[in-house]
Amino acid sequence: MESPAAPTPHADQTVDARRLLCPMPILRAETALRALPPGATLALLATDPGIQHDLPAWCQINGHALLELRQQGREWVGWVVKGG
Amino acid sequence: MLAARLLMDQGIHVECVNFHTGFCIQSHTGALRNPEPGAKPPRHDALHAAQLLGIKLHMVDIAEDYVRIVTDPKHGYGSNLNPCLDCKIFMVRKAWQLKEELGLHFLFTGEVIGQRPMSQRRENLPHIEREAGVEGWLLRPLCALRLKATEPEKRGWVDRKQLQGFNGRGRRPQMALAQQLGLHDYPSPAGGCCFLTDENYSRKLQDLWHSRGERQYTMDDILLLKAGRHLRPAAHFKVIVGRDETENHFLSGFRQQRWLLQAQGIPGPVLLLEGTPNEEDLTLACRLTARFGQGKLAPTVTVRVEYQGQEVLRSVTPLPADAIPDSWYI
Ligand code: SF4
Repeated sequence: MESPAAPTPHADQTVDARRLLCPMPILRAETALRALPPGATLALLATDPGIQHDLPAWCQINGHALLELRQQGREWVGWVVKGG
Repeated sequence: MLAARLLMDQGIHVECVNFHTGFCIQSHTGALRNPEPGAKPPRHDALHAAQLLGIKLHMVDIAEDYVRIVTDPKHGYGSNLNPCLDCKIFMVRKAWQLKEELGLHFLFTGEVIGQRPMSQRRENLPHIEREAGVEGWLLRPLCALRLKATEPEKRGWVDRKQLQGFNGRGRRPQMALAQQLGLHDYPSPAGGCCFLTDENYSRKLQDLWHSRGERQYTMDDILLLKAGRHLRPAAHFKVIVGRDETENHFLSGFRQQRWLLQAQGIPGPVLLLEGTPNEEDLTLACRLTARFGQGKLAPTVTVRVEYQGQEVLRSVTPLPADAIPDSWYI
């Protein structure tokens, strides 16, 4: 029996940073989060593999919570909850 | 990173800024080429350093304003198209603006006298802060002992005795200091930081300016210069050939406003064409696409040509190797 697919977290906003190279995905996420209230969730789509290190590091130093970083083929989706 | 730590160890609150110019080298090569099996994913050095130090890093995109620094630098270029002096002055100005917004008190950098040929020459350091309008307010903790005391030192905010007097290209003293401070996994400081110092990259940028008759570029232009083999068979068009799967995928993302070519049914590269090609040029580009793929010895190869959402198939003979003159390679 196949295991059920993990549920996709809810996102208040999605930023499509596919095809952009590091650090543009993070810069795009930073700009988008600025306009969101604390506690809001941002979904970030990226294709640069650097996102695997950069998103957790960026979340940590800025006090955001990284709910999940999921790889789907050549793409990654990260769900970030904005810190207070 | 070391400079930040020297100040943090004096109990000073430190925040850092990383400017994105569009020409940053570090992880792009990793992102653009197929990684070695088992290789670690690339990472952003400044983010990693900030994480290690536990400090805030402001990441600021200055790419748009930076165009005029690259295209028309008042102080000229270094050995390639690197406008280091203008670049430093510009960044110091931007950093000062950010400092004002954040309500912080002074600026510092990790520069060391004589470490880099142009912008870190002793005589240029004071010039940078003077022209940026921050004279006396830019501290360089790693070489402060060789420079005049700055305002933060004179005012007693920073203890000069705890700063360093490094000088020159050697990095041993910095490495020893890192050891002493317990910083082990810190980002390598030696790698070039920007594509503008790279000879091959600069040549491709020159070629772009030359072919367009003006010194301008878009973000897509400078990204594309980082990937693939670049060939210019004629003044009015050039082609970019992917060198592996990751580059092919990357180049495919730039098909808007360009022609995208790929052999059908045979493994081979994506070829992007930009310029104003005529029918004959498109045939040549198809033959090049066939040449760089696994069908190079086949009598004919079918190449899919995509432009503005329309696709056509062309059957061509692969170009023989000796029909590609070296002068085409940019
Ligand atoms: S190497 Fe590049 S980023 Fe560094 S100072 Fe020179 S132009 Fe600026």
